[in-house]
Amino acid sequence: MKIRAKSHLKISTQTQQKIAFTFLGIASILVIVPVIVIFVILIQKGLPAINWQFLTAMPRMGMRAGGIFPAIMGTLYLVSGTIVVALPLGVLAAIYLVEYARQNFLTRMIEVAIVNLAGVPSVVYGLFGMGLFVIYLKLGVSIIAGALTLAIMILPVIITSSKEALQSVPRSFREASLALGVSKWQTICCVVLPNALPGILTGTILGISRAAGETAPILFTVAAFYLPRLPKSIFDQCMALPYHLYVLSTQVPNVNPKIQYGTALVLVGIVFLLNLVAIIVRSHIRSKKQW
Amino acid sequence: MSKIETRGLSLFYGNFQALIDVNVQIKEKMITALIGPSGCGKSTFLRTLNRMNDLIDGIRITGEVLIDGENIYGNRTDLVLLRKKVGMVFQRPNSFPLSVFDNVAYGPRIHGSKNKAELEDIVEESLRHVELWDILKDKLDHSALNLSLEQQQRLCIARLVAVTPEVVLMDEPCSALDPVATSKVEELMAELKKQYTILIVTHNMQQAARVSDRTGFMLLGKLLEYGETRQVFTNPKEKKTEEYITGRYG
Repeated sequence: MKIRAKSHLKISTQTQQKIAFTFLGIASILVIVPVIVIFVILIQKGLPAINWQFLTAMPRMGMRAGGIFPAIMGTLYLVSGTIVVALPLGVLAAIYLVEYARQNFLTRMIEVAIVNLAGVPSVVYGLFGMGLFVIYLKLGVSIIAGALTLAIMILPVIITSSKEALQSVPRSFREASLALGVSKWQTICCVVLPNALPGILTGTILGISRAAGETAPILFTVAAFYLPRLPKSIFDQCMALPYHLYVLSTQVPNVNPKIQYGTALVLVGIVFLLNLVAIIVRSHIRSKKQW
Repeated sequence: MSKIETRGLSLFYGNFQALIDVNVQIKEKMITALIGPSGCGKSTFLRTLNRMNDLIDGIRITGEVLIDGENIYGNRTDLVLLRKKVGMVFQRPNSFPLSVFDNVAYGPRIHGSKNKAELEDIVEESLRHVELWDILKDKLDHSALNLSLEQQQRLCIARLVAVTPEVVLMDEPCSALDPVATSKVEELMAELKKQYTILIVTHNMQQAARVSDRTGFMLLGKLLEYGETRQVFTNPKEKKTEEYITGRYG
């Protein structure tokens, strides 16, 4: 009797396990499906639109023909501007928080603020950027206003990943350096930062890829509806891929869907490339890492 | 005059007192061993001598630590100069993930030797000092992390020697090494003694007995006994010391 009871129990746990695995498997597959579908549809419908002219020509006929060159360049300008502002600011803040700040009320407040900043909806950043940079600081609707807005949006990502990267540098490296009579700042520059760099870069690239894809923050701060030329300075407006896509999809009648999907494919391609770079950098450094 | 002298040195982690009124005089060019059970404060004491404890939040130190007659806890202490003069070797070899050459050249470079020939001289001399030169002279560009633990620990000592300290603090420098490697590092210590004042914290009482000239026994934050190594091990004044070295607790 006893043995039977046991074997009965065993079958039921196995069945339980099978059911659990099935559900886990379905959940994982459901995660992949949308990604694959999006890529398949984009490539199927967008790829025919993509050729050299599409990537390098100005839009014509009210954006119904020609290329998306100004939007691509605009996005690249914005991304570069965002890096220039957000990377140093984020890394310096992370260094302060990890290496210098003592655990007290102020640092806890800063950390809470960073977490909350990460949760603010992107349209709110857009409105904030318009209020502060465009109107109050009189920068106007411009690349610099847009880049600053995007930079603030991705700061939490950069600070958080930089903090983690700095914290992952073994304490023994710092001690070894300090014990040789090297000052704290020199230790940070010569030992801590070089070893934290890959983590910092990964976080930055992920932040940047988010900045490249966002529409709301640039809506009020930089994006031009239609500007068939390249911006002349950082105080000029520019077109940008996400906003251009929005315009093509909702604001211009009778656009060939090929152009819409082509634009979406280019945008996704840029973001995907940035993520790919992050992955390659990370795995390359991981394979070299020896501690 | 003693190289290092502490007067009424106490250290608190928050409310916990880790060092209680430590008074000691340490002579130049000798090896002084600190023994005692885990948590007795010997590593903490060692770290007060180059102010490594400053890195920990919530620490308070009272009393004086005089090195060459100067109180290093005075207002005018330059931490950089202090730590250049009082170097440290850690429990686990902590070589940087750099080449052998760059590890040894790290300190001199930051302290201002930019000249390549000068750096090469310093590196060679330092590696010779720890008897690594013959083994590594053709592998200077190899990563230091590929060396054996013993070689890495020697490398760490070479890295320290390269910034020409006067005092070398060793915090259980052999605890990650096997017996053969340990005896080699001990030989090295005897050699280094000619130039440097060495303090070593060790769990290994035979090691203390083998290498040191003087031994201090610490218990619960107090320096209970301090004297000639031979005397401490063969004829301890304190009953607790005797109990510890005969293995009754620890």
